Amino acid sequence: MSFLINNFVELTVTGLVLGAVYGLVALGYTLVYGVLQLINFAHSEVWMFGSFAAVWVTVAVGVAPGSALPVVIGVLLLALLAAMTVSGGVALLLERVAYRRLIRLDAPKLVALISAIGASFALAEIMGLRDRIVGWFGLRDDLDPYVRSARDNTRFRNPLETEGLFTVGGYTVTNVDVIIIVSAVVMMIALDQFIRRTRTGKGIRAVAQDSEAAALMGVNRNRIIRATFLVGGIMAGAAALLYLMRFGVTRWNAGFLLGVKAFTAAVLGGIGNVRGALLGGFVLGLAENYGSALIGSEWRDVVAFLLLVVILLFRPTGLLGESLGRARA
Amino acid sequence: MRFSVKTGVPLLAAALALTACGGTTGGDDDNASGGGDAGSCEDIAIGYFGALTGAAANLGINIRNGVQLAVDQFNEENADCQVGLEEYDSAGDPNQATGLATQAIGDDSVIGIVGPAFSGESDTAGPIFAEGGLPTISASATNPALSTNGWDTFHRILGNDDSQGPAAATYISDVLQAPSVFVVDDASAYGAGLAEIVNESLADAVVGEDTIQTGQTDFSATITAIRDSGAEAVFFGGYYAEAGLLVQQMRGAGVDATFVVADGVKDPGFIEAAGDAAEGTIITCPCLPPEEQQEFFTAFEEAFGSAPATYSAEAYDAANVMLEGIKEGNTDRESLLEWINDYSGEGITKQVSFDESGEVENISVWAYKVENGEIVADQEIETD
Repeated sequence: MSFLINNFVELTVTGLVLGAVYGLVALGYTLVYGVLQLINFAHSEVWMFGSFAAVWVTVAVGVAPGSALPVVIGVLLLALLAAMTVSGGVALLLERVAYRRLIRLDAPKLVALISAIGASFALAEIMGLRDRIVGWFGLRDDLDPYVRSARDNTRFRNPLETEGLFTVGGYTVTNVDVIIIVSAVVMMIALDQFIRRTRTGKGIRAVAQDSEAAALMGVNRNRIIRATFLVGGIMAGAAALLYLMRFGVTRWNAGFLLGVKAFTAAVLGGIGNVRGALLGGFVLGLAENYGSALIGSEWRDVVAFLLLVVILLFRPTGLLGESLGRARA
Repeated sequence: MRFSVKTGVPLLAAALALTACGGTTGGDDDNASGGGDAGSCEDIAIGYFGALTGAAANLGINIRNGVQLAVDQFNEENADCQVGLEEYDSAGDPNQATGLATQAIGDDSVIGIVGPAFSGESDTAGPIFAEGGLPTISASATNPALSTNGWDTFHRILGNDDSQGPAAATYISDVLQAPSVFVVDDASAYGAGLAEIVNESLADAVVGEDTIQTGQTDFSATITAIRDSGAEAVFFGGYYAEAGLLVQQMRGAGVDATFVVADGVKDPGFIEAAGDAAEGTIITCPCLPPEEQQEFFTAFEEAFGSAPATYSAEAYDAANVMLEGIKEGNTDRESLLEWINDYSGEGITKQVSFDESGEVENISVWAYKVENGEIVADQEIETD
């Protein structure tokens, strides 16, 4: 207990950092659920592909740590763009291959769920077998820096050096901590405004509320569904870069655990609720850290999921509870 | 599942017995006891059992390549006795290991196994091999409890954690002279067992402990605890995937305690994941530095285009024990098992002979160090 109190600031900041990443990934689950009432279990792979895109950009550019600030910012922005593009692209592909036909045929939700799980495995294995796949095209040696040790951790050569900014309660908050938490909050606000104010955002809300009525009112449902997947994918891409800046490595199966946690965050905040996703992420990240500190790291998941169960017992719709459609936002 | 395994093994054993009978009565007048005839070598294989895919695949591939080299060299020298190599890729997963072990038992041609590679899978597959009478020599599983189960088929060709753990502790207290140590483990049969031994050996110097999970990527709570304890050394019992992440995040958080790990981390994958953060890491291993085995080193590099890595040489020795036995006419599981139990010979890593429980009798533990992105030999650790 005294350990928790003595290190409260450190545990809080690192918990928030982790929670910010959970929250951004959770957006993908919550948006798709809001519109389609489907859990897109392949969303973790959307994130994973984005993380590799960011890694590959740094490999291709080959920037050394300690470069001039404009170079560092340039490379990070390029990595962000690549991650968002790839994640958005994979999300769209997923919608096209794994969902569109099922949605059109009005297949039972369980069928779409299985389709998503299948797509998730396929995408993860493609990444894990990428060395052999490029081998089929005779490119194994040319692409070696991108595909070698395909089943192992791949390191993100972060151009930004971690630096302490200021010290609070014995913990030195780093530039990376600040960047991650601030970016997550800014992106959340931007997304919230997008859904509240833009035409597409209104469309998303309309389809979430009542897709048939929306169609009667002239909303192109398929276009809205695609937009939803795309936005979720872009957020996952951003989350991928932020994750790499803090945790430094990715792996073909890194999406699985993060996906489970992000999905949990989405449910915790109230699935279908955009603001709830980030709140759920923060709460989960903090609960994991405090739980680990109180009784040991092996209990972190027990504490986190116990909290989920307790919160859902008292608030079955999650912390914020409103669905995407009914939200005033 | 339980039902099928339980009934399946006796059935398989019965089937084996039947085919064996069929072989002797139906065959020609070959010397039934097998006296080194060329004909008795047909349809014989040894198996490699361990991870070829999955999070710690590199460790398994090193071992497979060692076995492969031994088999290839043997086949080249013995044109009249070609031995096959069967691969059982467990992905390092104890749950997959049981099915694969049953599969190996069911394959009559497989008369010996190099593996299982990891302690967890050895634990679940061990009883199946014992029941099927299929002799195994592990080149890497170091959990001490494995040899205490009474499996007469079990052997390992390297020192277990009862020698490695105290050696790591000796290094921390005598060489590093660290007054305070934080012990972390990954809850695996290997990692937790090793951490426990280090913990006991260091006793009062241990200022804190924590358990992480394999597959975990965020270690912030653990790192906070390490910082809070003020430890000057951190011992981690686990594999290279988590070790790389842990040390990288430790350094990122400004914790500069010496990172001490064991053989499960002795892999380039560790440095790949940790980058500069890996520098100065101490790795203990009950294995000789490869420079001590020039001839093997060259042959290995020629065959696979890379230098032999952790336990390649041990695997080579293990395979050679079996291959020599096959050459001497021990072409069924029972006689090969006997051969291994009585074996005494010079391997490239050590003088190889096994005691009653299947432990190798000669043990040495070395400390390695990460310097300029390479794992280099530091010194042999004196153990008593």
